[in-house]
Amino acid sequence: MLKILKYSFYDLMRSRWSYVYFAFYLLLGVVLLFLNNDLSKAVITLMNVIIILVPLIGTIFGVMYYYNSKEFTELLLAQPLKRSSIFLGQYLGVALSLSMSLILGLGIPFMFYGLFKSSAIWDFSLLLITGTFLTLIFTALAFNIALSNENKIKGFGYAILLWLFLAVIYDGLFLMTLIMFEDYPLDKLSLVGTMLNPIDLSRTLILLKLDISALLGYTGAVFKQFFGTNFGLIVSFIMLTVWVVLPVLRITFKAKKKDF
Amino acid sequence: MVTIENLHKKFGKNQVLSGVDLTITDGGIFAVLGPNGSGKTTLIKSVLGMVIPNKGTITVLGEDIKKNSDYRHKIDYLPQIANFPSNLKVKELIKMIKDLRKSTTEDQRLIELFKLEPFLDKKLGNLSGGTKQKVNIVLTFMFNSPLIILDEPTTGLDPISLIRLKDLIQTEKTKGKTILITSHIMSFVEDISDEIVFILEGKIYFKGSIQKLKTKTNQPDFEHAIASILTDNHA
Amino acid sequence: MKHLFSFIAAILMASSTIAQTIEVCKSCPISSLKDAITQAKDFDTIIVKKGTYKEYNIIINKPLTIIGKKYPVIDGELKGEIITIISDNVTVDGLFIINVGTSYTEDYAAIRVQKSKNFFIQNLVLEKLFFGIYIEKSRDGKVFHNKIIGDAVEEYNSGNGIQLWYSKNIQIEHNFVQHVRDGIYLEFSDDCLIKNNVSTLNVRYGLHFMFSNDDTYQNNTFENNGAGVAVMFSKRIKMYQNLFKENWGTASYGMLLKEINDAEIIGNIFEDNTIGINIEGSNRINYKHNTFTNNGWAIKVKGACYTNKFIENNFLYNSFDIAYNSNVNDNEFNKNYWSNYTGYDLDKNGIGDVPYRPVKLFSYIVNRTPETIILLRSMFIDIIDFSEKVSPVFTPDDLLDNNPQIKKLTW
Repeated sequence: MLKILKYSFYDLMRSRWSYVYFAFYLLLGVVLLFLNNDLSKAVITLMNVIIILVPLIGTIFGVMYYYNSKEFTELLLAQPLKRSSIFLGQYLGVALSLSMSLILGLGIPFMFYGLFKSSAIWDFSLLLITGTFLTLIFTALAFNIALSNENKIKGFGYAILLWLFLAVIYDGLFLMTLIMFEDYPLDKLSLVGTMLNPIDLSRTLILLKLDISALLGYTGAVFKQFFGTNFGLIVSFIMLTVWVVLPVLRITFKAKKKDF
Repeated sequence: MVTIENLHKKFGKNQVLSGVDLTITDGGIFAVLGPNGSGKTTLIKSVLGMVIPNKGTITVLGEDIKKNSDYRHKIDYLPQIANFPSNLKVKELIKMIKDLRKSTTEDQRLIELFKLEPFLDKKLGNLSGGTKQKVNIVLTFMFNSPLIILDEPTTGLDPISLIRLKDLIQTEKTKGKTILITSHIMSFVEDISDEIVFILEGKIYFKGSIQKLKTKTNQPDFEHAIASILTDNHA
Repeated sequence: MKHLFSFIAAILMASSTIAQTIEVCKSCPISSLKDAITQAKDFDTIIVKKGTYKEYNIIINKPLTIIGKKYPVIDGELKGEIITIISDNVTVDGLFIINVGTSYTEDYAAIRVQKSKNFFIQNLVLEKLFFGIYIEKSRDGKVFHNKIIGDAVEEYNSGNGIQLWYSKNIQIEHNFVQHVRDGIYLEFSDDCLIKNNVSTLNVRYGLHFMFSNDDTYQNNTFENNGAGVAVMFSKRIKMYQNLFKENWGTASYGMLLKEINDAEIIGNIFEDNTIGINIEGSNRINYKHNTFTNNGWAIKVKGACYTNKFIENNFLYNSFDIAYNSNVNDNEFNKNYWSNYTGYDLDKNGIGDVPYRPVKLFSYIVNRTPETIILLRSMFIDIIDFSEKVSPVFTPDDLLDNNPQIKKLTW
């Protein structure tokens, strides 16, 4: 698997898309720092951008890579290699190269701006960790979609739809549910609702950093335990890991069953 | 070498293989024939584990392939359509495959044999179909495995390369290997194969030597023998 | 000449009465504070030397100066009130008072001033207390540089650090109050000055006003209290340059204003509070040059509040800048800096060309269904906030800052 990971990674490093994403994040970092003139504020803006953009890029790029590397996959399939290692290797190749574009693209401008001397370094690290998690999750989801759909157009369609659903529509439905049942105690429901969507989950991690004052204004005991202690942080990270593991398991499962 | 029992495979509603029983003995060249869509490639891919059968068992070298995928290291496989990552150079591709499977020096001889030296530094996307097929052949034959499976090996080859390929297959046979071939070129099949497996509508219709086929169909030559099977069955 | 003579005579006379000093120590002829007070004449000075004195119900009924050397301990052994001042012109300085009795019927204090004038309480350390310094019906006194450390956990069985009741013109400066119910509490007390105090970790409020008028508090720090400062039913209170920090919790505010009129709130800093200022039924208040940083809600307005002015304040990175629970507005917002402002300044005059709307639709939703707070910063919320911004339905239509600043304000 590591060998396949290596070749996928090389393959991606060769393709111009990795550079496009790297350049994009670099530009984003530079522009935000230039506009805000303030590291902390730039980090806040970035957090808002990251939780929407990283999933979009992860899904689109994942689906694209899968369809584009069909030949490579076929070549590998002709070799005596384990199926699961072929697909996991490719998946990790994509996810890692995307994460690297993200970390380097954002890290470099912030480093030059004096990140290490700033108090924003923890927020920034959290941002990069969250971004990496989201990349891992959404690339895995993209691979799932692509593995289940031979038709490219359909695959892309589902990928965009998935992103749109998790980034926007889900929250809309969530909000409506909460308002509809406002007479009942809702703190458990709202936390569970958050756990079920990786974008919301990452958002909570960011809320824990930026909006803890507002979150503590709410009365619910479960809420309080979740946001008032490290419990929330730990649970969120566990759930993010689950969100990586489940789709990856499905990749191996699907890959084993598929005919080529 | 390979034993197939009661193999069934369905793609959606399309029943491709329906109860194939086949035993391939050690040593010799076996040609798998049949009209388009009869299930040749599916059969081969089942042996390779690329297609998961709905029913039936396949044993390669005495091991059930469902249980363990290690048997694949003993098979060299030449896929039907040579699809390679287009931004890779020929040299890099060979190096990569060697890295993924195992080290070998056989590639040098094969590259010389098929006169591929001038293409080594070219990207695979810029190669002609025939050259790609030559690269494909090099990749397949450079490992010394007891079972070789060739899916349409002649596609796009010029006559000289075809002769070289035949020679290559013959040498491999003399080493005592088992070779499984599918092809549409009847003269090629007639030239090299020891035994024929004819698939029709997802079943083995005939298995035996060419001579036996000619006798069975009462035809003087191989091509007509095949044609008569097809017309008889469609009539 | 005659004048001079009488002046010298007066000094001699005075010194013969004032200059007398009584020492109290364990091995001295007088070994208790109570005895010293009984034996002392008016305007005497009592010096209490280092040691532990187990006394309570000490009543100071004549003008005396009591000075502790190296912090002698007055231990009330939880039996009741420790020192009660019922005379004018009393000074108490440098005592370490512990173990005040707790009662549900009487407000025992470490030191109480009753119906007295010109008192001066300074450099005391109070621990294990019920009420700390309790000043009732007194005037013209000073409470300076005391350290009050309680161990309050619940509101119902704890007392206040410094309490003023029906008192006038008291100065409370440089005190340090921790872990009591209310750090400093003023009820029916006017014209007081509360300055440079640090009030932290209190169960209820750092500072609490009830029915008190014309008071000033400035340069104080209120950190980590149940709520920072509560100003209720009072008029003309001046609040200058205080720091309100990390007052976190469900009903937690940096400042709570309830039925307050004509106050001035200038130059304060509100940082990391759940709610910076919670305003209910308060009118004609000037908010100027305040900085609100990283609060959940910078300002939450409930009920009817009229003609308040919010001018030249900094609103920095608050989850919500302003929350209203109705859609009528009679308050003025002008020339503030809002870090959430996304407009532009084409004519480069330092003022944004588009007005800023500090009330978001989402704050209205959260007000209605608090659990929805979990959707903060979601893209969906941004979208509905944007649509509300374009055409306000639920939030006050005229609540606008027409001159939002482009750069953070400095004064």
